[in-house]
Amino acid sequence: MWLDALTLQLGYNATLVALGAMFLGVAAGVTGTFLFLRKRALVSDAISHATLPGVGIAFMLMVALGGDGRSLLGLLLGSAVSAGFGLLCIGWLTRFTRLAEDAAIGAVLSVFFGFGIVLLTIIQTMTAGRQAGLEGFLLGSTAGMLWNDAMIIVVGGVLTLAVVMALRRPMTLVAFDPEYAAASGLNVARIDLAIMGLAMAVTVVGLKIVGLILIVAMLIIPPVTARFWSDRTDRVVWLSGALGGVSAFVGAALSAAAPSLPTGPIIVLVSFAFFALSLLFAPSRGVLAAFLRHRRFQRRVHMRQGLLALAQGQPIYEGFTLRLLRRAGLVEKDGVVTDQGKARAAKALRDEKRWELVRADQALEGAAALYDGLRALETVLTSDQIEEIDRRIGGPKGVGA
Amino acid sequence: MSIALATDHGSPTELGLDQSPLAVRGMTVSYGQKPAVFSVDMTVAEGAMTAIIGPNGAGKSTLLKAALGVISPLAGRATVYGKALKGQRHRIAYVPQRASVDWDFPTRVIDVVQMGLYRELGLLKRVRAKHVAKAMACLDRVGMTDFADRQIGQLSGGQQQRVFLARALAQGADLYLLDEPFAGVDAATEKAIISVLKSLKDEGKTVVAVHHDLATVAEYFDRVFLINTRKVAEGPVATTFTAEHLNAAYGGRLAMAQIDQLDLAAG
Repeated sequence: MWLDALTLQLGYNATLVALGAMFLGVAAGVTGTFLFLRKRALVSDAISHATLPGVGIAFMLMVALGGDGRSLLGLLLGSAVSAGFGLLCIGWLTRFTRLAEDAAIGAVLSVFFGFGIVLLTIIQTMTAGRQAGLEGFLLGSTAGMLWNDAMIIVVGGVLTLAVVMALRRPMTLVAFDPEYAAASGLNVARIDLAIMGLAMAVTVVGLKIVGLILIVAMLIIPPVTARFWSDRTDRVVWLSGALGGVSAFVGAALSAAAPSLPTGPIIVLVSFAFFALSLLFAPSRGVLAAFLRHRRFQRRVHMRQGLLALAQGQPIYEGFTLRLLRRAGLVEKDGVVTDQGKARAAKALRDEKRWELVRADQALEGAAALYDGLRALETVLTSDQIEEIDRRIGGPKGVGA
Repeated sequence: MSIALATDHGSPTELGLDQSPLAVRGMTVSYGQKPAVFSVDMTVAEGAMTAIIGPNGAGKSTLLKAALGVISPLAGRATVYGKALKGQRHRIAYVPQRASVDWDFPTRVIDVVQMGLYRELGLLKRVRAKHVAKAMACLDRVGMTDFADRQIGQLSGGQQQRVFLARALAQGADLYLLDEPFAGVDAATEKAIISVLKSLKDEGKTVVAVHHDLATVAEYFDRVFLINTRKVAEGPVATTFTAEHLNAAYGGRLAMAQIDQLDLAAG
C-alpha cells in the first residue's frame, strides 16, 4: 500500500495531489530560503493568514455574480489580493508608526484571520455556502482535487521557480548585505517586495493542498533543514527545494495510502522528520557533531591537566582524568606512573614553561594569541624558535621535543 | 562660484563639481527630528586619500551613506564625477561597516568577493573561470587566498574586513568609499588594508574613508574632512588637520593632552 502510493499507483486523484504537492514543495523550499536568509520567515505566516478574507470575499462576489463560487482560480485571486493588502499593512505599520515588525506581523495576522473566520461563518449560513468547502482552505483539502486545480498549482509553482531563478543574485545580495546592495544601485525595497511577493504566490498556490495555517511550515522548515548541510547559498537553495519537493511528495502519497490521514499535516510532519534528522546528525552543524566535538575537547583538557599534575607530583582527584590516564597506559591500575606517563608528563610541563615565555615575549605576540593550554608548541613555532626558548629556560636538555 | 573659491584657496584639487569624484551639496539627513548631518558640502579630491573624521555620532557614516543613496537625505544632492549618481554607480565601490552583516550567512569568502562582480554578471550570466580568477586575484591583493573556501563566519574580524575590501576591488571602481575600515581589526590587517589603499591611490583611484584613529590620520591620508553634524573643515592634512579644527569638531571631548600628541599641521 505505501509502496503503491509512492509509485503513484493509487489512482487518478492521488497522483494529481502528489504531483501538485511536489511542485508546490519545490517552489516553497526555494522561495522560503530567501525569506529565511532575509530573516523574514514570520512574514510568511502573516501573509498566509491574510489570505482568508480574500477567499471569503471572492466567494461572495462570485455568488453575487451568479456563479457557484467554487472556481479555484477565482478564490486564489481573491486570496492574493487580500494577502497583498496584508503585506502593505505590515509595511505601512513598520514604516510610519513606532511598531516593530514583529508587532505589526502579529496585529495583521490576527485581525485578517479573525475577519476571514467571520466571513466564513456568514458564508456557512448562505444557501450556496453550505457545500462550498471553504473551510478546506484552513488546513487544505485534497479529496476533490481536479485536473484544473492541479494545473493551477503546477503552473504557479513553475512560474514562481522561474522568477526566483532570475532574481537569485540580487535577492542573495540584499539578504546578505543590504547596505552594499543599495550602494551598488539595487533597489532594496523592490527586491524585498519581490521576495514577499514570491512567498505570497507560493502561499496562494498552496492553499488548496496544505491550507493557510500550515503553508508557513513548507516555506520555513526546508531552508532551515538545508542550512544544516551546507555553507553555500546556492546549495542551500537547491537542497531546500529538493527537501521541500520530496517531503511534499512523500507526505501526499502517505496520506493517499491511508485516507484518514490529512495531506497538509502529513507533509509538514515528513519535512519535520528531515529537519529532526538533520538537527541531530548533520556534520559540523548538527547537535551530535557539536556534542562529540565538545567531548573531544573535554578529553584533551583533562588529559593535559592530568599530565601536568603528574609532572608536578600533585594528586589527581578527578575520576574522569584518572580513567583517561589509565586507558592511555600512562598510569597503572594501582596508581603508579608508567615510564611513558613520566615522559609525556615531563613534555607537558616543559611545553607549559615554554608557553609562559612565549606569552611574555612581545616579539612572539602572534603565536601567543593562539595559546589555549592544549596546543603543542611545535604547531605554532619553528624548531629554531623553540630551541631559543629552551635556551632561555635552561635546565636539562632532551626532555620531550 | 566654486572656481572662484578654488582660486581663493590656491588649490587646484578644489575645482568645483565637474571633476570631483564625489561632490556633496547641501546634504541634510535626519533620523526622526534631529538632523545627523546638516547642510553639508563636501568636495572629494581626485586621486587622493581623504579621511572623514569627527566624534561619535557626528554623522560620518551617515554622510557617506546618504551620498551613496543607501539612505535618502532630507535635502541635498551628490554628484559623482560631475554627473548624477544613478549612471555612475559602476565607478563607485563601497565597503560597509563589518557589523552591518550577519556573519553566519551561508556563504564562502570567494562568494562574497564574487558579489563585487554583480554588475558584470547581471541576473543570469554564468560564473566562468575568468570571474573566479578575477575574484581570486582580488583576494590575493588582501592576502586572503588561503581562505577562499572558508565560510565567512570562521574568519577573524580583520580577515572579514579584508574580504570586504577584496569585494570592493573586484568591482574595478574609480572611487572607493570605506566606512571605518580599521575598526576592531588587528595590526596586520590594518597594514594590509592601508597598503592596498595606497596602491589604489598610486593607480590614480580616489579613496575616502571614515576614520576614527586621529593618531594615524597624518600617516595614512592626504586630506581630511572634519564633521560634527555640520562641516567643520576640509582640505589637505598639512593645512587642515589643526588643533583649532579638531577642537571645533570634537569640542571638549578631546583633551588638550591628546591633541598635543598628534602630528598636527601648524595651525
